[in-house]
Amino acid sequence: MNWRHKDLLEISQLSPAEIGHVFETAARFAEVNQRPIKKVPILKGKSVVLFFAEASTRTKTSFDMAGKRLSADTFSLAKSGSSLQKGESLKDTALTLQAMNPDAIVIRHWDSGAARFLAERLECSVINAGDGWHAHPTQALLDGFTLSRVWDSFEGKTVCILGDVAHSRVARSDVELLTMLGARVRVCAPRTLLPAAITTWPVEVFSDVGRACAGVDAVICLRLQLERQQAGLLPDLREYAGIYGLAPRHLEKANPGVKIMHPGPMNRGLEIASELADCGASLILDQVAAGVAVRMTLLHLYLTRSRVSA
Amino acid sequence: MAHVDLLIRNVSWQDRDCDLLVGDGKVVELADAGTAQAPEARVVDGGGLTVLPSLIDAHVHLREPGQEYKEDIASGLSAAAGGGFGQVMAMANTSPVNDTASVTRLMLQKAVQAFPNGPWVRPVGALTVGLAGKELAPAGELFRAGCVALSNDGVPVENTELFRRAMEYAADFGLKVIDHCEDPWLGRGGVMNEGEISGRLGLKGVPTVSEAMQVARDILLASYLNLPVHLAHISCRESVELIARAKERGVPVTAETCPHYLLWDETRVGNYDTSVRVNPPLRTRDDVLALRQAVRTGVIDILVTDHAPHAAHEKEVTFADAPNGISGLDTALSLTYELVRSGELDFADIARLWCWRTADIFSLPANRMQPGDPADFVLFDPDLAWVASAEALLSKGKNTPCLDKEVPGRVMAHYLGGEKVFSR
Ligand SMILES: [Zn+2]
Repeated sequence: MNWRHKDLLEISQLSPAEIGHVFETAARFAEVNQRPIKKVPILKGKSVVLFFAEASTRTKTSFDMAGKRLSADTFSLAKSGSSLQKGESLKDTALTLQAMNPDAIVIRHWDSGAARFLAERLECSVINAGDGWHAHPTQALLDGFTLSRVWDSFEGKTVCILGDVAHSRVARSDVELLTMLGARVRVCAPRTLLPAAITTWPVEVFSDVGRACAGVDAVICLRLQLERQQAGLLPDLREYAGIYGLAPRHLEKANPGVKIMHPGPMNRGLEIASELADCGASLILDQVAAGVAVRMTLLHLYLTRSRVSA
Repeated sequence: MAHVDLLIRNVSWQDRDCDLLVGDGKVVELADAGTAQAPEARVVDGGGLTVLPSLIDAHVHLREPGQEYKEDIASGLSAAAGGGFGQVMAMANTSPVNDTASVTRLMLQKAVQAFPNGPWVRPVGALTVGLAGKELAPAGELFRAGCVALSNDGVPVENTELFRRAMEYAADFGLKVIDHCEDPWLGRGGVMNEGEISGRLGLKGVPTVSEAMQVARDILLASYLNLPVHLAHISCRESVELIARAKERGVPVTAETCPHYLLWDETRVGNYDTSVRVNPPLRTRDDVLALRQAVRTGVIDILVTDHAPHAAHEKEVTFADAPNGISGLDTALSLTYELVRSGELDFADIARLWCWRTADIFSLPANRMQPGDPADFVLFDPDLAWVASAEALLSKGKNTPCLDKEVPGRVMAHYLGGEKVFSR
């Protein structure tokens, strides 16, 4: 497949066929990652800047490892401790990055639309590693890839996304990807953690976790930001854990073989019972492994794209 | 017959071909075309252009003192002159805030230095000291220095008791209070209309009820105190419905909206286009339709620009970081004329919405095309489209969604008190 996209900003840019291609390629890279020597030379001489304005050890490490396994040079640019101190505009950051002439920039930023902002101003590929509450397409692709390894098809499958959907870029991208592939999606959260126009989303909305999990094939738990309580969106965390935290009793009516996922890092005992995170149904560590393979795939596709058109 | 020193031949006023006779800076007569005799007068050929009363903008931000890099009084007034505005009411959120006579006087001085024959700045004084919402600003002093109204525009007044006292105190000087209607909590941190699109873009929303809540509060106060209140930049259907009902009951409430709320909806935010980031935010199509009807029927009394110039680099940031505001003086008449072309409004509506009713509400002079009125008028070419390029915009603020787009209708000449203050 000729990859013609310059940037990866959100899932809706991709077609189901392109997502299928990402999964197939990721399966091959996943195999590479099982070898004793995990490095292949396909991106030798290419440079990738990891620009993480907002801290994220996990995603950043995953991209860093993905780049290195493909023999690309990766450079980290953190917001603090560099010349890109707070106060410099994102436009100036973009121009600084452009002057370094990298082949791709992976950006994580607290503002929705920040990845698009860079993409509109830079000639190199921009890969969105999470922008504000908006999108986290590589997480959605790795979630989808993880499920594709255990399911033959997404058709007829039901996935419940549990937790703070309103402020979750993971939820937005997962909903886009899962519905595009043919799965049915449910969301479950207190009303204060659902976006205003959730009824216009292609999802079923629940407030009772047990009911939301009845008949599902996978549950994706979202991380709860502890400051949501101070923001007046929740009474207290103990109550949240008791009512909305995923517990074994909620899965009694789930379909056999139900899978449990979490984008991490987890608050054990808050949004997910610790024993569920570690049980046989959990795909949480598979997600981490899939993350490296999917990001290798994306770097490969975007850095070797055909430049005929945008 | 009165002395005539200027004769504008062959202009069109509300579908009538006229000659406009001016003497001593005042309208002498609107005569049938070709009939006027004025041998002493300077004669100008109006070329069949549309004549309109010079417009009044009751809501602009001129940025001086304090943020002259965005706009200053001279550049703001030159945009006013070219846009057809003879009087602009300048909001108090300058730096320092216009909460003392010295700031008011400075603004008036700067204006007269730059444009001795107008356009005129009509300062709006702060409602509370420093716009901080803690203590009343000296309304009497501001009135005597030349303020024509009071407003905390930009910063909603949280303390309802203080707002009530401001309405009461200002009334003794005949000053209207203009309220920026925004619940200080419901919309906090929001950057666009709350709804489907804010959900998709992952942007914090401002619900319509944040505005309507304060509209309801102000109407209840106006009704209880039997004192007037003017509601700024109304953006949504809920507010319109509250205002309509209040007016039916005779509550002394008046309201304004801006061309951008009549033309564009929240879909314009698209992929985080900061040129449409305004406060209140662009709402839904349904709100746009409600506002259009309210403007036609007089539920919304007047149009204003909420002219909010910003420097280019300030808008070239992420949507969440961008300041609110559209630079409006240069393009307001063209945007309103778009609604005339689409049959929503006519030229009589333009005169009412942009001049006569505004003059009523704030007790300002206006040209009603009657003998003795100030000879403040604009010659407008409805057939001339123009591109709102950065060079064509006279304001320092190029922050408009019309930038580099074609807009219809252009001001060709502008006279104030019979003196030409602008022509192209
Ligand atoms: Zn305002």
